[in-house]
Amino acid sequence: MENLVAYSLVAVYSAMGVYTIAFILFTLDLAKRSAAPSAADAAEAARTEAAPVLNASSASAAGAVRAAAGGAATATAVRPTSSRASGLDTPGGAAPVGATRFQRAAVALAALGWLLHLGAVLTRGIAAERVPWANMFEFGLTATAMGMGTFLGALLWKDVRYLGAYISGFTLLSLGIVTTNFYVDVVPTPPPLQSSWLVIHVLVATLATGFFAIGAGLSIMQLIRSRAAASKAEGLRFVHTLPGASALESLAYRVNVVGFVFWTFTLIAGAIWAERAWGRYWGWDTKEVWTFIIWTLFAGYIHARATRGWRGDRSAWLAIIGFSAVIFNYTVVNLFFKGLHSYSGL
Amino acid sequence: MEPLRPSDHIDAEALAAERAESSAERERSGEASAASAIAQPALGVVGWLRFAWRQLTSMRTALVLLLLLAVAAIPGSLVPQRSADPNGVVQYRRNNPELYDVLNTLQVFDTYTSVWFSAIYLLLFVSLIGCIIPRTVHHARALRAAPPKTPARLNRLVGYRATDAPADVETALEAARAELRRRRYRVERYGDSLSAERGYLRETGNLVFHMALVGVLATIGFAGGFGYNGQKVIVEGQTFVNQLGTYDSFNPGRFFDDVRLDPYGLRLDEFDPEYGIDRTTGQAQPLDFTATLTEVTGGVERERQLKVNEPLSIAGTTVYLLGNGFAPVITIRNGDGQVVFDEPVPYLPQDANLTSLGIIKVPQGLDEQLGMIGFLYPSAIQLDSGALSSVFPEPDQPVLTFNAFTGDLGLDDGVSRNAYALDTDGLTPIAGRDAPAEPLVLGLGQTVSLPDGLGTVEFRDLRRFVSIEIHHDPTQTGVLIFSLLVLGGLIVSLFVPRRRLWVVATSTADGVRLEYAGLARGDDPGLEQAVADLADAHSQRLAPTLET
Repeated sequence: MENLVAYSLVAVYSAMGVYTIAFILFTLDLAKRSAAPSAADAAEAARTEAAPVLNASSASAAGAVRAAAGGAATATAVRPTSSRASGLDTPGGAAPVGATRFQRAAVALAALGWLLHLGAVLTRGIAAERVPWANMFEFGLTATAMGMGTFLGALLWKDVRYLGAYISGFTLLSLGIVTTNFYVDVVPTPPPLQSSWLVIHVLVATLATGFFAIGAGLSIMQLIRSRAAASKAEGLRFVHTLPGASALESLAYRVNVVGFVFWTFTLIAGAIWAERAWGRYWGWDTKEVWTFIIWTLFAGYIHARATRGWRGDRSAWLAIIGFSAVIFNYTVVNLFFKGLHSYSGL
Repeated sequence: MEPLRPSDHIDAEALAAERAESSAERERSGEASAASAIAQPALGVVGWLRFAWRQLTSMRTALVLLLLLAVAAIPGSLVPQRSADPNGVVQYRRNNPELYDVLNTLQVFDTYTSVWFSAIYLLLFVSLIGCIIPRTVHHARALRAAPPKTPARLNRLVGYRATDAPADVETALEAARAELRRRRYRVERYGDSLSAERGYLRETGNLVFHMALVGVLATIGFAGGFGYNGQKVIVEGQTFVNQLGTYDSFNPGRFFDDVRLDPYGLRLDEFDPEYGIDRTTGQAQPLDFTATLTEVTGGVERERQLKVNEPLSIAGTTVYLLGNGFAPVITIRNGDGQVVFDEPVPYLPQDANLTSLGIIKVPQGLDEQLGMIGFLYPSAIQLDSGALSSVFPEPDQPVLTFNAFTGDLGLDDGVSRNAYALDTDGLTPIAGRDAPAEPLVLGLGQTVSLPDGLGTVEFRDLRRFVSIEIHHDPTQTGVLIFSLLVLGGLIVSLFVPRRRLWVVATSTADGVRLEYAGLARGDDPGLEQAVADLADAHSQRLAPTLET
């Protein structure tokens, strides 16, 4: 058992090493994109909100051009949310720079790092003879693995490799902080945590955190993108290789609503557990308060997306604030606020 | 028919644009007047009221109220709350008396029942109800309505595509209808075109989600009033009876009535804690707590086990294990050897090794009233300073110490006193630090004498106690059901796409020209693909007719 705990730590450090290289390569890739002449810039000049459609099938492109020419705010022009139309599936489309060598190597290393990371999570769980998320260190370890896993899984669905630098950097930073500051040895769980709800409630919380992390990354990209589109200044050139702001926005939305569903489940499962353990399903404990605040923020985000004048930058900010609240809930609330969720083990 | 939306909903904009274009739709625009912005003449009182109502039920107001609610919840996590941490509030008052007064006036210590917090969520719910009632009526009608007429120009819509097929109009439209039906679309024919719509469940889910939120709040508001909860300490061998007078503390809901207490008894037979030792710190760690109880209902006895995460359900109440500790059985005799006090005294644990504090009051039977404050050390060792300390929470070497006082305990003036505190003001110390005699120290089974021939104290036995909390919460089932509806409605409303598809057939020289297009209601990233899939499947259906 002692050995397994040590192996787990070795795996964490190895994963961090591999992530570091992946992070550097992802960053180099963004730099490389900056150097490449961007075909998207040309399109950007003529870009209306509907312009991503240009890269889709010729028939729909024709329709979009006619819509744009018509000038009216038609349904198509307002809502170019179709993934196919946005060119995200087509590496040669609106994001014209395909996989550079850096990018391919970075993805491979991120996957390798993630396997090590996953190994660290599993050995920790086996050593502890329970789920590996019963204290802050373990939660951080598992949640970052979920985030990275969600990112790698998302790559199978969409080319979001431009998020690689953000995700790998964030994961690396979080792993560094949890291993140096939050580390605790394997200890038996105290009676209040001995429940199958620990498995469900916290697992889904880590999943939600992973989705919100990616959603926030997409929203940050969206803000950078829309800034770049608004200002004529040169700015960061890699920005012009990203999908359009509205495509990023709709992608962020789709990721965040999944996170929101998981968060809603976390809240309900937490209430059921609280009823079992503490005799009430809701008591405005500090952690409950912040879970509620986060839920309300993302509910606000979803409403903002449906409110005229709140789409775009404003809703992106809400998603970022929401994810910041998740981080705040995990760090500051756990460490400095008095409450019943005092299981940091610190 | 469109789902009804507040006028500043993003769909309302697209809708207005679509309506302005489509002559077929123009005739129907009266149906959903809320969705289209109409310039109004000067407002009268009714006009202003309608204006105010429309503002309150708008998306923007809902959004601002949601964000306000999030911000308003923050102070309650920064300062202790009376409901969750009453001792914290007392301590806050001691440490920051001036700030306390300000915050207390602002109701920050009761954030979640404060006027301002309640105002925000009540406004939010009024806005919500004002929004969902018309939408529900509208949706109920929409569920029975046919899909809207086919727009005049499909090529302005999403996923537009046109193909030629070697078939006649009737065959082509029949095939398209079958294909749309298979995909669970509601189909209506207008001339030589089909109008199809699916995903009504999206709006249903959305409405269920919002109504269930109202349901949660309403359940807590109404059913919550019939609930109660109370705490009770039970020593091994003692029986608790569920009656109003037997609780140590009791909090009834607004509509509580004591005939609602179901009579049953609970006897604590044994409490069995399990401890381990943390190898790094050497501290004792609780591993498991099990209380074995006997439930007595209607003369029938039944053995039950109570653990921290496993409350018991007994006669409509839920029983939780909250805490535990030691209850030394202490016998006090007077100078003549007569027993004047003989009972287990629950000691309140002070640390992880269960060093515990206990109070004994003997108002009668001795020459003077006697009060004692004492500590129990379950595994006592003597420190170099001479002080005692407990090194483990199990009773390996139990030792009791007492400081004794005589004088008026204040029990005779009719004012209720806290059994777990002794006010020593006005009492005379007879044994202890500031007293003529040393504190009393006695191990299990030992007897020591009180000073001045007052009597003797015997540490006769050591039992354990548990503190239990008994809840009757009639909101639980309702809130759980509504919460699950919230979750289900949310999933349906976010992931079921609401979309319309149109197929227009025009007869040509060598067959039929088919046009397809779609329109999304709400976020629908898969719409274009859906149009393409329909067109492809339709072509395949038409292909065999070519061969036969």
